Amino acid sequence: MASERSEGPAGDIPGAAGRPTTQRSDPSGPPATAPEAASPGDGPGPASGDVEPAAPERAEPVVVVRQARASLGSRPVLRGVDLTVCRGKVAALLGANGSGKSTMVRALVGQVPLTGGELELFGTPRRRFRQWVRVGYMPQRTTAASGVPATVREVVSAGRLARTKLRWPGRGDRAAVDRALELVGMADRARDSVNALSGGQHQRVLIARALAGEPELLIMDEPMAGVDLASQQVLADALRQQVARGTTVLLVLHELGPLEPLIDRAVVLRDGCVAHDGPPPKAVGQHALPGHDHIHPHAAEPIRTGLLI
Amino acid sequence: MEMLDYAFMQRALLAAVLVGVTAPAVGIYLVQRRQAIMGDGIGHVALTGVALGFLTGNNPVWTAVAVASLGAVLMELIRWYGKARGDLALAMLFYGGMAGGVLLISMSDTGSNANLTSYLFGSITTVSEGDVRTICVLAAFVMLITLGLRRQLFAICQDEEFARVTGLPVRFLNLLLAVTAAVTVTVAMRVVGLLLVSALMVVPVAAAQQATRSFGMTLTLSITIGVLVTLSGTSYSYYEDVPPGASIVVLAIAVFAVITTLAAPLTRRRARRAALEEERCALEVATHRVSATGDARV
Repeated sequence: MASERSEGPAGDIPGAAGRPTTQRSDPSGPPATAPEAASPGDGPGPASGDVEPAAPERAEPVVVVRQARASLGSRPVLRGVDLTVCRGKVAALLGANGSGKSTMVRALVGQVPLTGGELELFGTPRRRFRQWVRVGYMPQRTTAASGVPATVREVVSAGRLARTKLRWPGRGDRAAVDRALELVGMADRARDSVNALSGGQHQRVLIARALAGEPELLIMDEPMAGVDLASQQVLADALRQQVARGTTVLLVLHELGPLEPLIDRAVVLRDGCVAHDGPPPKAVGQHALPGHDHIHPHAAEPIRTGLLI
Repeated sequence: MEMLDYAFMQRALLAAVLVGVTAPAVGIYLVQRRQAIMGDGIGHVALTGVALGFLTGNNPVWTAVAVASLGAVLMELIRWYGKARGDLALAMLFYGGMAGGVLLISMSDTGSNANLTSYLFGSITTVSEGDVRTICVLAAFVMLITLGLRRQLFAICQDEEFARVTGLPVRFLNLLLAVTAAVTVTVAMRVVGLLLVSALMVVPVAAAQQATRSFGMTLTLSITIGVLVTLSGTSYSYYEDVPPGASIVVLAIAVFAVITTLAAPLTRRRARRAALEEERCALEVATHRVSATGDARV
């Protein structure tokens, strides 16, 4: 695999986005296959010059971010981030609190306006992108509950609105909701109120909601936050099945955890810039311990977890 | 049941049923979004609309619909843009609507204190035939939106950020919900009154959710409670000559108290069972993982 990343994952920030050229690191993981409806997108993308000849559909960039800049209030949060995720790949955005990783994905789905740079989804500029049915989004939440009781099924069904929009749901829609519930192991809790769920179960419901629309691209903001180990494994399995079907995934993570074998590529943000872009950094020292408390007191911390010395 | 012999009472009861259905049907979305107080604000603003009707000689119901809708849309815009100072802007709107209404009514020839009171707390004798027709049309609109679009409205009130990424027209639906709430306020103002209309949007929902687990069931039960209390409250007003708004709201709160008392032990038992099940599930998953992968990490 030829790669412009071959010079090593140094902390420099290339002008053109790095492309995920690493092989899946987990041999037991199922290989990525092209999805049923691999639509070619509006354009070949900016970096189409180095498309792999063996599997061209894999190299199609699904997410392209070029020199993204954004501010929250007067504080610049993104200071020129480049990111490309190709079809069928799993990319993780890592970094300390306040490094801009959540802002990055929220900008991608249009929740945070960019002050500079470009975003593309499926080859279409974000501003003109309307095919939200192809995107499944899991916002950062600690709960799926709101002011009125709702069952697990009702919340997950909301994810299907990407396809049904204003029309009435049909049998196919109900079946899709069933599958999503099955996938996260919540089928037996479908009729329970979300208020009665544990933190991990809330996250499973939110993932099922994102999956109910059968998206080609899954964007998840900290899906493992506050999730017990058992639920983390369920979520990792659900994600593995999605990836096996050819779904492209962009995750914001605080640490790799049980998802590590799935991840093709890790992008570490630090102070709104890309500090590392390449294979997932191996956890070292106390970061590898399950009891590690996830607190990164200063921004330089993530470097020590990665390949950057 | 001699009260049914009077035409004014038939009209009042018909209006009461429509209020009983529409107020909780809109209110459930406001409660879901934790905006229970919004109906109150719209009620305040609608008073200016009523007064404008008196002043200009138009039907106060229609001017109230117009002004309340305008106010509701304004509140929605404040919610979008006015993050930090939004609450103050809303307060200003509420008090401005109330004060403006009282001011304009005092200026008009047809408006009197008695008239003002009937709009503030409701009245069963003042529902005219024209009012009933208007209320029917408006109530049909409210039901069409709140029941027909309940999945979409559920989604935007449950998690607005997520709903936007599904590609739903969230801004349009938010504005539609605001206007629908405003229309509901004017449907309800004849029977319940502008000051108490918000209670009928909120209290039946609050009562219903003590006993329910699903959104659909909460919607059904809150409408049932709504119809029950508006009908019995209006009837009580016929016999005791009190403003129907007051008797309806007191009844609704009584229903809330009864359901809460009955449901509390049920909820506790349910929570205990859920906790037990969860423990068992976590164990099962853990053992399943270990046996499947042979991985001792889990």
